[in-house]
Amino acid sequence: MDDILNIAFFLQALRITIPYLLPSLGATFSEKGGVINIALEGILLVGAFSTTVGTFYTHNIFIGILCGVISGVLIGLIHSYVAITFKANQIVSGIAINILALGITKFFCKIIFNSSSNSERIIGLETLNLPFNPFIILCVIILALSYISIYKTKFGLRLRAAGENPEAADSLGINVNKMRYIGVLISGALSGLGGSWLAFNQHSFTDGMSAGRGYIALAAMIIGKWNPLGAAVACLLFGFAESFTLQFQESGIPTQFIQMLPYVLTIIVLAGFIGKATPPAADGIPYEKKD
Amino acid sequence: MNILKKNIANGLGTVIAIIISLIIGSLFIAVIGKNPYIVYLKLFIDTLGNTYGIGQVLFKATPLILTGLSVAIAFKAGLFNIGAEGQMNIGAFATAWAGFTFESLPWYFLIPLSITAGFIGGAFWASIAGVLKARFGSHEVINTIMLNFIALALVSYFVNNVYFVPATIHTPEISQNAYLQRFDALTGLFKGSPFNISFIAALLACLAMYYLIWKTPLGYEINTMGLNKNAAKYAKMDIKKLTVLSMAIAGGIAGLGGLNFVNGYKHYFELGFSENAGYIGIAVALIARNNPFGIIIVSMFFGILEYGGLAINTIVPKEIVTILQGIIILTVITLSRIFDWETLKSTK
Repeated sequence: MDDILNIAFFLQALRITIPYLLPSLGATFSEKGGVINIALEGILLVGAFSTTVGTFYTHNIFIGILCGVISGVLIGLIHSYVAITFKANQIVSGIAINILALGITKFFCKIIFNSSSNSERIIGLETLNLPFNPFIILCVIILALSYISIYKTKFGLRLRAAGENPEAADSLGINVNKMRYIGVLISGALSGLGGSWLAFNQHSFTDGMSAGRGYIALAAMIIGKWNPLGAAVACLLFGFAESFTLQFQESGIPTQFIQMLPYVLTIIVLAGFIGKATPPAADGIPYEKKD
Repeated sequence: MNILKKNIANGLGTVIAIIISLIIGSLFIAVIGKNPYIVYLKLFIDTLGNTYGIGQVLFKATPLILTGLSVAIAFKAGLFNIGAEGQMNIGAFATAWAGFTFESLPWYFLIPLSITAGFIGGAFWASIAGVLKARFGSHEVINTIMLNFIALALVSYFVNNVYFVPATIHTPEISQNAYLQRFDALTGLFKGSPFNISFIAALLACLAMYYLIWKTPLGYEINTMGLNKNAAKYAKMDIKKLTVLSMAIAGGIAGLGGLNFVNGYKHYFELGFSENAGYIGIAVALIARNNPFGIIIVSMFFGILEYGGLAINTIVPKEIVTILQGIIILTVITLSRIFDWETLKSTK
């Protein structure tokens, strides 16, 4: 009996963790390149919606996932265009995209499913409940690839250079804005994939279903000190904390306080109470090429 | 003369941005086979063509004026307040709490008390970010975002666990003595609309901000810090104190954002009442270039969109206005490069 409970607890924690982990890894790419991306929240939402629509029409989860990822990249492209090419304020761009995402998904949900609040049921990944389902394995691979590509490849070096010292990177012939575009687009793709998970996990789309996960992902990335592995640990921590309150309702801890946990931890980390958390030096600052 | 020219250029730029946004928005309408011209016409006629519609627009504009002001004041101090949403929620809860806790007080005590509670609630919440910035140097952007979510969880806890009314997501009703009357009830104007006296409070807040920033020594210091922190330091201004104080004032004003809903409309605090007004306030402040009178006009425009959505819901899903809001913000910040709008340029 205890074992069954533990496995259920563990699986639930993983299920909660994944939609934090994917956008969180995405955020790492974006911010390592020097672009703050709070549009993750909106991308998750659009990703979940596109996945639902794609799967609804084709009954094929792979096409659904493709829709989620492509829509994520497209939204990432808007953010890049506004924040990198036009050097507009990255935070405001992100907020605008999140508002836009809320509107677009409800608008088309109403048109396609005749209800602005939820879609019809779609098939999902039935294997989601297995401990080693393909989606979870995929996430672990993405995590490993994220770490390797950021810290062990030439691409990662260039990306980090664009975020740490764009002037120096530029003088070495690195195309700073191109690296930043790539960082943001990767974050779009990963967040879109996170949206796919949300849609499959619930077998439908409901309005606002990203429910702040994009911001939790951002928090995890900060707590993880802009490192994919650190972000993953933070996401797991949040996943297990939430799963714990869901499984042990009688523990008496109000769920709202568990909900606060990621945000409170982020503030504590940023204040420097748990080691030093330093963002990339040029994070959030558009690169002005000097002629 | 130069300033006048600049204002005209700014206004013109904004109008161009809005026209471009409406054109982009019309693609969404056309894609679902409806006529954008008819939709936009209805959107403006149903909102501005009768006194009920105008009342609704002003009602929707009221909290946006306050959150817009909140963001603008912080901007003046060189701080980016993303936290108006959370400050407004804490403030609105405090407003309601005072209203239902001290229900036996007469109106001339209870209304000021309720307003003060809202201000203090918002000011307290924002000053957390101010203190974190002043004491640890941690950036207010991320902290105010995080504080928004903590605030939402906190009010959710209070509404669900402490001051709950079974089967609802709102608090008990406030005393009648705390009501801010509707203009309809007072004058018969704007018949049927929930447009109420809190609008006056919002206008007074605009005047107060204008006075504070341009006519007082404190405003001078805030302005100096916003323009050039090093110059302010050199002039022996207390940067830490100014940071906390600016955030507290900004948060206090956002905290008043709940008056419209709590005291003027539903007479209780309800989860989700703010409808993103805190975030829209950022757009309002940016588009109005932090000018308190510009903020009133821009808020009314967003009010038209918010109420207009309901008016056109029979033709196209009302979410088209949410799409328009997003597009307008993106267009304005993109065009700011072209029109050289200082306040819209990326700052850190």
